[in-house]
Amino acid sequence: MKIGIVCPYDWDVPGGVQFHIRDLAEHLIELGHEVSVLAPADDESGLPPYVVSAGRAVAVPYNGSVARLSFGILSAARVRRWLHDGDFDILHVHEPTSPSLSILAAWSATGPMVATFHTSNPRSRAMIAASPILQPGLEKIRARIAVSEYARRTLVEHLGGDAVVIPNGVDVSFFADAAPDPRWSGGTIGFIGRINEPRKGLPTLLAALPAILAARPDVRLLVAGKGDQEEAVAGLAPEVRARIEFLGMVTDEEKARLLRSVDLYVAPNTGGESFGIILVEAMSAAAPVLASDLDAFAQVLDGGRAGELFPVEDADALAEAAIRLLGDPQRLAELRVAASRHVQRFDWKTVGADILAVYETVADGAAGVREDEQRISWRERLGLPRP
Amino acid sequence: MPPVTTWIWAAVAVVLFAVYLSWTAGRLDRLHARIDAARAGLDAQLLRRASVAQELATSTLLDPAASILLYQASHAARQADEEQREVAESELSQALRAVFAAPEQVEELRAAPGGEEALSDLTSAVRRVPMARRFHNDAVRAARAVRLHRLVRYFRLAGKAPFPLAFEMDDEPPAALNPQGSPV
Repeated sequence: MKIGIVCPYDWDVPGGVQFHIRDLAEHLIELGHEVSVLAPADDESGLPPYVVSAGRAVAVPYNGSVARLSFGILSAARVRRWLHDGDFDILHVHEPTSPSLSILAAWSATGPMVATFHTSNPRSRAMIAASPILQPGLEKIRARIAVSEYARRTLVEHLGGDAVVIPNGVDVSFFADAAPDPRWSGGTIGFIGRINEPRKGLPTLLAALPAILAARPDVRLLVAGKGDQEEAVAGLAPEVRARIEFLGMVTDEEKARLLRSVDLYVAPNTGGESFGIILVEAMSAAAPVLASDLDAFAQVLDGGRAGELFPVEDADALAEAAIRLLGDPQRLAELRVAASRHVQRFDWKTVGADILAVYETVADGAAGVREDEQRISWRERLGLPRP
Repeated sequence: MPPVTTWIWAAVAVVLFAVYLSWTAGRLDRLHARIDAARAGLDAQLLRRASVAQELATSTLLDPAASILLYQASHAARQADEEQREVAESELSQALRAVFAAPEQVEELRAAPGGEEALSDLTSAVRRVPMARRFHNDAVRAARAVRLHRLVRYFRLAGKAPFPLAFEMDDEPPAALNPQGSPV
């Protein structure tokens, strides 16, 4: 199958959508499919062979933060040329409601088209205003995928229609086969995430830490992620601070080893998560997980069967659950087994087969992806070179 | 007699309105084509599922009672006319759930010679039916939203195309064939 994938966000910037597309493309290539990814990228030299640059992304304020997006007439021309050269059997666009390449691709192409909706943003004013503009492009999408039941609900509420749920994939064996690191083992609690991003919930965990240390003084907290350490621990007593180790940014290999080593992985996020890939990674490494009961987390943890949940931002409940779990090796062992079993659902083997099933359902018997006649300019119809 | 410029503006307005109508008609046409493609896809997946079920029923991999039940349901699903299709396909879903209710049944089938393959055929068939149905009903919803527009109704832009209907059926796959937390 010739598959064209469109990434709306800057390839050079790490992010969940980019990682998902990279892993999906590599998985599909491994299965023998021909894959081309169109993404905004500044530096064309460092790109993997399957990525085609759509030019520089522009940093613009969008939806409350600064996003790096591609739009405008030059990007639209690049999208059309990519579609023309690619001659794809199926076009897979990601986040088609963000004002970037995906929406341009949906606008300029016709044929079998699949879209994945990653975020579960509350409906923005811009999207309400743009709805008549978006709708005709979205109508061409023949199959919608949402990454979680939560993302699907948002999609149904905001845009109508329906979607199938296919979670983000993880290479389970990468985490499951990592070797534990003795430096990080023995009465340790793990946390991975940006330190200064309040939504990642480190303040809740730090608020619970004194109570946990009072019950189990030998516990250490390992924090991996970038951010200002001094600012994070500013309000804590020195003896509590001494039990916290900041590891800074970690590589993927270190992350896997860290997750394999810890006795308990805590995800105290306070919101803004539509999926929770870190929980899946922790489960892949068979780490017992204690997470806040966000909708998305509860779903990833199979309603609490594959990991324990506590009320969002409730430091006392977090402390109570952590103390109970750390004092109960049998329960921790049960959680490890349940996590390893449940996480198979998220392995690329399963997820990739599901996505291919969607491709086949949509592309079977249909003609390939072509440029939309309505979007071919007069220049091109007259046989003049493309701009 | 109004001045000439008024006539020109009126003509421009009429032309713009006509362009808008033609564009909307094109959009609707594309939506109808999408429904046709989605319906063909759904038919293919339903037929595939019924064939796999019938193959299983006649394979002697299952016990005679389950075989007859499954054969009857898959035969009815394949033969059903348009009116009865949704009911017959729902009954096939129920029969599949009844036959594969016990995880032991799935394990036994997996252990039989050729069972592994039959099982993976069936698993992928029961997964794709709900997918194809969602895509079809999503297309139907999109077309309906456009067809309910006042302008589309007044100017009969939908032409003679029948009002699109969703395909309603019970497509819940057997739990034993469904990995935990899987889609649909």
